[in-house]
Amino acid sequence: MTGTDESATAISARQLTRKFGDKVAVDHIDLDIPQGRIYGFLGPNGSGKSTTLRMLCGMLLPSDGHAEVFGLSVVKDAEAIRRRLGYMPQKFSLWEDLTTDENLRFIADLYGLEGDVEGRIAQQRATYNLERLRSQRAGTMSGGQKQRLALAAATLHSPELLLLDEPTSAVDPQSRRDFWERLFQLAEAGATILVSTHYMDEAERCHGLAIIAEGKVVAEGTPRALMAGVEANIFEIEGADGSAAPRLIRDLPWVHGVTQLGIRLRVLADRSVGDAESQLRTLLKQNGIEAQIERTDASLEDVFVVATKADKHGEQ
Amino acid sequence: MASNRFRASLRRLLAVATKEVRQLSRDKVTFGMIVGVPLMQITLFGYAINYDVRNLATVVQDDANSSMSREFIAQLKATQVVHVTYTTSSSDELARLMREGRASMAVVIPRDFERRLQSDTRPVVQILVDGSQPSLAGVAGGIAAMPVLTRHGEGPYSGGKRMTPRRIEIRTLYNPEKRTAVQIVPALIGVILSMTMVLFTSGAIVRERERGNLELLIATPLGRLELMVGKLLPYVAIGLIQTTLIMIVGSLLFSVPVVGHLANLYAATLMFIAATLGLGLFVSTLAQTQFQAFQLAFVTLLPSILLSGFMFPFEGMPVVAQWIAQVLPLTHFNVIIRGIMLRGADLPEVWPQLAKLAVFLTVMLMIAVARFKKRLD
Repeated sequence: MTGTDESATAISARQLTRKFGDKVAVDHIDLDIPQGRIYGFLGPNGSGKSTTLRMLCGMLLPSDGHAEVFGLSVVKDAEAIRRRLGYMPQKFSLWEDLTTDENLRFIADLYGLEGDVEGRIAQQRATYNLERLRSQRAGTMSGGQKQRLALAAATLHSPELLLLDEPTSAVDPQSRRDFWERLFQLAEAGATILVSTHYMDEAERCHGLAIIAEGKVVAEGTPRALMAGVEANIFEIEGADGSAAPRLIRDLPWVHGVTQLGIRLRVLADRSVGDAESQLRTLLKQNGIEAQIERTDASLEDVFVVATKADKHGEQ
Repeated sequence: MASNRFRASLRRLLAVATKEVRQLSRDKVTFGMIVGVPLMQITLFGYAINYDVRNLATVVQDDANSSMSREFIAQLKATQVVHVTYTTSSSDELARLMREGRASMAVVIPRDFERRLQSDTRPVVQILVDGSQPSLAGVAGGIAAMPVLTRHGEGPYSGGKRMTPRRIEIRTLYNPEKRTAVQIVPALIGVILSMTMVLFTSGAIVRERERGNLELLIATPLGRLELMVGKLLPYVAIGLIQTTLIMIVGSLLFSVPVVGHLANLYAATLMFIAATLGLGLFVSTLAQTQFQAFQLAFVTLLPSILLSGFMFPFEGMPVVAQWIAQVLPLTHFNVIIRGIMLRGADLPEVWPQLAKLAVFLTVMLMIAVARFKKRLD
């Protein structure tokens, strides 16, 4: 077993592709995910996040390309990878008619945990705040409780790699915060975590990020670098929240998107247009709209909108 | 190293089996069905499926009207096959009652009844049976074979039969070597096992898929075979419990004997359970939802019941139906179980059938494992 070498690669994929009939779910993606980091897949539903995760844990065979986990082929060495990997499917997949302890003991048996199994289970119960839920059946638990149990089960055998498929989609904000605290603790302890999400705030907390749309990686990097490198200038317009203004602005060919935020409009203008601000001002004035325009920093959502938009243009 | 791997594999297999038992014990409906289905079916079928014909509405035309003819009618009544609903002296009325379906059988005793009894040349009595009712068609022969004017239990049919004298009064006249419950109960073991085994196992495996558990299981080191065998193991035990239950009820309610060795019976039943579980496993690889699994299970169940020789004699079926029946495990199990339970056959004597069950199991397992592999993909 390799130790935690921050520079080492946990996952690498080259031209990884998966088709379902005619539909291309994952379209020739390349990935290099370092060890000991939290790496995020950000993308809308149906963008191929889950399919990629499933290929990485050997549940689905790639149609083309290849991927390695810890240098092991996901096709040939799937069994060896499985022992070093914890997987948390999108849907709660433990047994609802079993209790916390029964579920954990079953998972312990499947992974062949040796030594003080009860001790390890107790440790997980303590870490994931499951002590009071010991003999409660999973089916009667809340979303947050189920999620803690699922994470406890996925990390029971101390995997080096954790694959989490939209782990927080059925969970309240406080539970989400707690959940991410735990992910950082696991990463601190040396685990590599690959997490898919469609929440911007979660994506922003990852060490590295790949934005995925229609099976392709459309942008990749640290959240900070992605935001800094966004191919758009962002403007916030106050006082133009009537129905006319958003439509007028959206019709401009160089505008990637208009989002209404309360009384403000957030406009993504292509970076190639240097005088976007004055053009906007002129447009609004011509239509008799009095508004204040202010330039602002890009958010991850802006990166996402621009990246997915560019991809669409590219395909046409 | 190898033994370590084996131990780990066994641990996973037993973990799956334990989990299955735990889940089963919490699923009140399924748990109730395990015991309830055999009890209900054996009671229902044991009483309801009855090839014996009794209390036929009968019209009697006694033209002789002598003490001997009246004694003959009394004897007819004593068989309980016949219930004299009408007596008439007119053959027109007799024909009308038959035509209207108010009588299923007519007995005509001719004026010269006594004379005919003396001579062998002419029929003594004419019996008319409503042939439109299939189960009654054979009755005429039975009545015709009735030894006229012999005392209860003294007839030529009472000798050599292992039946109680009281039964002879009815059976010797009509259905000497066939007691329905004796035929039905052993066959019911097979039918009930077919029903519950295929239904439960296919449902149990599809349930993991339907509820999303399978996705997690696939990501663990759990092997295909470990998962399948682990899931099926509890149902083997359940099948044996059901078999025991049916035999106990069959013995208490219907006095169905077990002539052969119990060990043979359980060994053969075990083989059949395994074959049926194989079928259940195969069904589970075809179905996406539990509902589909149940539908498919029923699709396999109906031919089993109709073609296996449980309902209709195997020999009377068309050749194509016989081919299909050859593929059904129940067909072979029926031969085995009747042999062991009723004729005291030993395992070597039912070896060909056991071998067919083994082949069936092997083929089913191979298909199921191959198909299950694809499912992961």
